[in-house]
Amino acid sequence: MNASSQTMATPDAAFTGKDLVIEISHLKKSFGSNHVLTDFSAGLHSGENLVVLGKSGSGKSVLIKCIIGLIRPDSGIIRVFGKNIPDLSGPEIDEMRVKVGFLFQSNALYDSMSVRENLEFPLRRHGGTKSKEEVSQIVMEALNNVGLPETVDMMPEELSGGMRKRVGLARTLILKPEIILYDEPTTGLDPATAREIDNLILDVQHKYNTSSVIISHDMNCVKLTSNRVIVLVDGICYAEGTYSELGKSQDKKIRQFFE
Amino acid sequence: MAFGASISKAMDEVGGVARFTGRFFREWFRPRYEFREFLRQCYMIGYTSLPLVGITAFIMGLVLTIQSRPTLAEFGAESWLPAMVGVSIVREIGPVITALICAGKIGSSIGAELGSMKVTEQIDAMEVSGTNPFKYLAVTRILASTLMVPLLVVLADAIAFYGSYLGVNIKGVTSMHLFYSQVFAKLTYNDVIPSITKSFFFGFAIGVIGCYKGFYTQKGTEGVGISANSAVVVSSLLIFILDLLAVQITDILGLT
Repeated sequence: MNASSQTMATPDAAFTGKDLVIEISHLKKSFGSNHVLTDFSAGLHSGENLVVLGKSGSGKSVLIKCIIGLIRPDSGIIRVFGKNIPDLSGPEIDEMRVKVGFLFQSNALYDSMSVRENLEFPLRRHGGTKSKEEVSQIVMEALNNVGLPETVDMMPEELSGGMRKRVGLARTLILKPEIILYDEPTTGLDPATAREIDNLILDVQHKYNTSSVIISHDMNCVKLTSNRVIVLVDGICYAEGTYSELGKSQDKKIRQFFE
Repeated sequence: MAFGASISKAMDEVGGVARFTGRFFREWFRPRYEFREFLRQCYMIGYTSLPLVGITAFIMGLVLTIQSRPTLAEFGAESWLPAMVGVSIVREIGPVITALICAGKIGSSIGAELGSMKVTEQIDAMEVSGTNPFKYLAVTRILASTLMVPLLVVLADAIAFYGSYLGVNIKGVTSMHLFYSQVFAKLTYNDVIPSITKSFFFGFAIGVIGCYKGFYTQKGTEGVGISANSAVVVSSLLIFILDLLAVQITDILGLT
């Protein structure tokens, strides 16, 4: 049984025919004898939320780290806005990263900096020549968007898990990326906070018209945020379709996520 | 078998440090220049180390003087005490003790800070935000450490002289003018220049090892402790090796 044989009916019709902003074909990545991605192919349409579903250790995080250029694949093509990531030079990849935001599972806020400094950091480097007032205004706007303007002068260790996640999202959004990669955005959060993050992901998609790849195994998150779902099994795109289409599948490897 | 594996691991480590050092020299000259972070690191490494280095240097000068006095007195050479202590401090004790204190304070701090950033994905976050983490974190710290350790050595030497002056006056009366005249009468450029030169290498070694250990931290939070600890151990060892090389080179060049 190969990946294509498992492909479900046409995904969300709203996105078919739209430009592909990310195209991945025949991606392979191994760590020693551990073959994580064996022949992964998929694409992300403009404005779409694509959820990658898979068990722990199935290579979901490796996949998005390959997309952003943090991990170099063994072989295969990853085109982001038409440019093959493994072929890009250091400065070219830095330029690309401005258009692609990444929300880490651990939030990865800089411990030694306040929330304000965390948000100013990417802005100071890629935000052009802005006055202090302009930078401050953009920071406050980003924090308002995630509902946390009062945390601006707090340090990361003073924030709760959900607040850290929101500040992480504000930092990801501050350069207004066209694509956002979410690495397990709701992991470790209570159900109520997880739903708030899910809603924020949807708000971001609608407000900024972003395209997103969301790594998750939280089925509520998958249901709420996805336009299309890919099931990653044995290093390949085992199946794809909408949440409801995949939910009707009788395949054991797909059903295990929905039961 | 285990011995062979240890040797292989040590060689891997040496190769890793060499590649890391090579990358430092490649990245150092290229823009973008992280001047603000470099100044912050100069403050963190230099200014915040000053109290510890100062206290240690003061005690070092005092103790060295008190302990040297009986031996010199035995040979009737007590008047040589300021000169002997001065030369000892400038040539060897000042640079080596200051560098060892810095290896403990700065090396462990850099190793732990960068190690913690590594395991909590902060270094990756910096990279995906289009910032070169090597330039921002490693180059700035290595440069700051290379420049600040020699400055700390000069200050430590000066404070140790004062400690020595007090030590001389415990069992005698020597004016400050006479003490310093005797110290500087015996000090030459051949004492000062090799000493300051090797301090730059000590600072560089502390910065490189601390950053290397931090950047390659593994095994989560346990790894942070291991990185901090091995940064101190390896850089201390390296300081002694560099000191040995410096002594040999100054000897060959006739700067003794």
